[in-house]
Amino acid sequence: MKPAPFTYRAASSSPEAIDALAKEAPPRILAGGQSLVPMLNLRLAPADALLDITRIAELRAVEETINSVRYGALTTHASFEDGLVPDASNGLMSHAAGNIAYRAVRTRGTIGGAIALADPAADWVTVCIALEAVLHLQSTSGKRQMQVEEFVLGPYFTAIAEGELISTIEVPKRSASERWGYHKVVVKTGEYAESMAVALLDRARGFARIVLGATDGAPIVMKKSAGALLAAADEAALKTAIACDLEAGEHEFGAAKRMLHTTAVLRAAKDAMAS
Amino acid sequence: MNVKVELTINDRKVVADVEPRTHLADFLREHLRLTATHLGCEHGVCGACTVLIDGAPARACIALTVALEGADVKTLEGLADDRRMRVLKTSFHERHGLQCGFCTPGMLISAWDLLRRKPDISERQIRQEMSGNICRCTGYQGIVRSIKHAADTLQSSVGV
Ligand SMILES: Cc1cc2nc3c(=O)[nH]c(=O)nc-3n(C[C@H](O)[C@H](O)[C@H](O)COP(=O)(O)OP(=O)(O)OC[C@H]3O[C@@H](n4cnc5c(N)ncnc54)[C@H](O)[C@@H]3O)c2cc1C
Ligand code: FES
Ligand code: FES
Repeated sequence: MKPAPFTYRAASSSPEAIDALAKEAPPRILAGGQSLVPMLNLRLAPADALLDITRIAELRAVEETINSVRYGALTTHASFEDGLVPDASNGLMSHAAGNIAYRAVRTRGTIGGAIALADPAADWVTVCIALEAVLHLQSTSGKRQMQVEEFVLGPYFTAIAEGELISTIEVPKRSASERWGYHKVVVKTGEYAESMAVALLDRARGFARIVLGATDGAPIVMKKSAGALLAAADEAALKTAIACDLEAGEHEFGAAKRMLHTTAVLRAAKDAMAS
Repeated sequence: MNVKVELTINDRKVVADVEPRTHLADFLREHLRLTATHLGCEHGVCGACTVLIDGAPARACIALTVALEGADVKTLEGLADDRRMRVLKTSFHERHGLQCGFCTPGMLISAWDLLRRKPDISERQIRQEMSGNICRCTGYQGIVRSIKHAADTLQSSVGV
């Protein structure tokens, strides 16, 4: 037995959960437990009380609308991988999910938990920002929506308010003519990435978007690189654009990291062009 | 404060009073003396503690017992009569899939699930899919070979 003692309670509905979260010393939310329980075992995350949300049916629901798919926060990586939920992304989400960690982690880990934690190397954070996904949040003060891009502020640092629960991740249906590329640099299959990049390209719509993850902070939306991809620039021009994007933010990358990130973006961009 | 939990383990109903911090692997080993489930890293990385929860592979070291109310857990002990597991065990025995045996229960459960999902599988895919199970002594050649051999055996006897 490794964690320090804590109390446990399972909520059966969202109103019950947000009421419990509104307490003065709010409990820590337990979803798939695939990040939280390791942290408890290592005594890295102090928690006096856990609130299990996995019994809340509505957080598991997936709803397809005309323009989007709304994934309940508890949707597991494995259900994306196995195609058990409708796809809004021309296959990108299923592909990315199948490359998160290991099968025994994917069966329990949830998309909501991954975004709430905002590990800089979390696959969902980068992928959802690329797909322009929107989070639905709720607390006793009401409901609100927010772009994932605005929600993730830095490593393990988000715009979540006190007592707030992520209920849904809404992904706009991507156009059928959009192509994607996804490249992840890992030392060992399933490990957290050293670098990862998602590139989206829709020539018919005149749209390109590139997001770089596993940086030392929040994922970077690579605007110049996306412009170069859309303009079908050659590799040298693409490299120049990537270098500009890497220098633009507050990040400072060493030579090795710069090379890894450049490679990840180049390969994702090439895959988006080729597919 | 202990919490009462009711779940099924290897087809047996179990009712217990557990401390919320008790993870499933400790519960299996310490409370039920089901010691086939091994513990290596205790933070989800090594795969030694892999069991089936509601039919899907999961890390017992990062699953809290209290959160498993109503769940159906299967450990290696519970799969003793399962045909796919018997074929896997024979293959591990014949093709040198184990040496000290510490990682073996987790390897077997992961491989069992893998061959159920992907019966027709290449060595390369086996390497990728088994990356969440670490072995510190046999070496992976024997393990991959054992799983491939089990897959071929099961494939060639489909419908027999
Ligand atoms: C060995 C291993 C390797 C891994 N490798 C990768 C990897 O390569 N890439 C990757 O992306 N991930 C990886 N993961 C993490 C995995 O994807 C987790 O499932 C995920 O990060 C967290 O999801 P969870 O549902 O398990 O959340 P939990 O662990 O239950 O919770 C994580 C955090 O989010 C909070 N939280 C959870 N749900 C909500 C919600 N709905 N609203 C508000 N707050 C919430 C919790 O309070 C907690 O702080 C790995 C995990 C392990 C054990
Ligand atoms: S002991 Fe559970 S994964 Fe290592
Ligand atoms: S057989 Fe010894 S660790 Fe794998």
